[in-house]
Amino acid sequence: MEQTEIKMSGKDVSVSYGEKQALFDVNLDIPAKQVTALIGPSGCGKSTFLRCLNRMNDTIDICKVSGDIRLDNQDIYHRDIDVVELRARVGMVFQKPNPFPKSIFENVGYGPKIHGLANGKAELEEIVVKSLQRAGLFEEVKDRLYEPGTGLSGGQQQRLCIARAIAVSPEVILMDEPCSALDPIATAKVEELIDELRENYTIVIVTHSMQQAARVSQQTAMFHLGYLVEVDDTDTMFTNPSDKKTQDYITGRYG
Amino acid sequence: MMGEHTVKAFDEDLNFLISKISEMGGNAESMVARSVTALVTADKELGKSVVKDDKILDALEQEVDDHVVLLIARRQPMATDLREVIGALRMATDLERIGDLGKNVARRAFQIEDNLPPKKLLRGLQHLTNVSLEQLKDALDAFVAKDIEKAREVWDRDDEIDSLYTSLFRELLTYMMEDPRNITYCTHLLFCAKNMERIGDHVTNLAETIHYMVTGSNDIASENLNDL
Ligand SMILES: Nc1ncnc2c1ncn2[C@@H]1O[C@H](COP(=O)(O)OP(=O)(O)O)[C@@H](O)[C@H]1O
Ligand SMILES: [Mg+2]
Repeated sequence: MEQTEIKMSGKDVSVSYGEKQALFDVNLDIPAKQVTALIGPSGCGKSTFLRCLNRMNDTIDICKVSGDIRLDNQDIYHRDIDVVELRARVGMVFQKPNPFPKSIFENVGYGPKIHGLANGKAELEEIVVKSLQRAGLFEEVKDRLYEPGTGLSGGQQQRLCIARAIAVSPEVILMDEPCSALDPIATAKVEELIDELRENYTIVIVTHSMQQAARVSQQTAMFHLGYLVEVDDTDTMFTNPSDKKTQDYITGRYG
Repeated sequence: MMGEHTVKAFDEDLNFLISKISEMGGNAESMVARSVTALVTADKELGKSVVKDDKILDALEQEVDDHVVLLIARRQPMATDLREVIGALRMATDLERIGDLGKNVARRAFQIEDNLPPKKLLRGLQHLTNVSLEQLKDALDAFVAKDIEKAREVWDRDDEIDSLYTSLFRELLTYMMEDPRNITYCTHLLFCAKNMERIGDHVTNLAETIHYMVTGSNDIASENLNDL
């Protein structure tokens, strides 16, 4: 296998919510400019691991993270790290599209504005348009940029959230079941988008759909009861997995 | 051993495929055996029954095809399931071809006049046929038992069929040169021998497919070399 650049890495990552341990010594490398899919039965710790990658777990009081998590080989839990800046570099898209109750333009422009990425209105406009284009949404909304984002369809809202994540020029985009609230057509559009985005971004996606993981990712990691049980290139994972638990889960024999 | 699917109908779908492949295998075996008997005994009735059975085999292949298409559409199989489904499709194709080869041999029985050739001419062909049938039977057993060792042995033994065919070819050629009256009949036997050799090739495919279904690797050959 050819040498791939490692964008993020987790070493011995353990996470507890109060007394309850949710992740146990997870070691996982995230290759640059690839899509990594996290799969496994509900409650196995996929979202928990995902939230470690941009320290979203910090927002949960009882959550305690240990281990070593790196972005470009830099410890993201180091005390010198600016969490706001980290979350701009490692953006996130959630399961339910959650646009702000503001206009489409403001939804996308808000991030660049507060991060000081745009000098003046013209530059901001350029960022907004470009982000919407990259998210494959611009053509559909160009005549109503100042109408509320919440007025879009579910699929459009999710692409708006992706545009919002892209607008702050992240390096990594985390997606937690981004299509679970979408119909098949909207899902196909988001998947198509993910495939295009991987040219410029490193993507980590949590998904319940085996077929989606097989379609969009290059690497797949299988979690079970808080442990990482297997990680391999996606083609191998879905045709010839090594671990019995993976085998059972992806063939629908689990539980 | 794999456990059961959460969705029971998925297991039923896969079991259906396995039973259809076994059924095709049994039919193909019987067709080939009867076709050679029909040819060497000039039994036209037996030949006819083989030709008729080919329709059954064709229908079974169609049934497997249709079932695979539906299963993929309904259940999007993954991993071992996916390999089993693709494997079943490949095996059905090879088994159907084996049936065709049997049918073509059986048809030759219609052209044979009643003057049967000397027994010694038939011995080599009977042996080649037996070995091919043995191979087919072992491959089908390996399929049912998911036995890759057995599949590999079958795969290895194909060389034996090839050399049996080559020496039989020479033998028949010699008979033809000895006495031109043997030519017509020997040509039928040569044709039959060639078909047995080709059946061996299809059986080799079956062995490769079984290996793939069980291990996920298409490379039965290189693994043999590694064993050396
Ligand atoms: N905010 C939280 N507070 C307490 N426990 C949590 C919290 N979030 C997740 N957990 C627990 O951690 C485990 C892993 O959850 P999660 O990472 O959401 O799994 P997944 O995304 O794979 O479904 C579960 O047992 C869940 O109940
Ligand atoms: Mg989750």
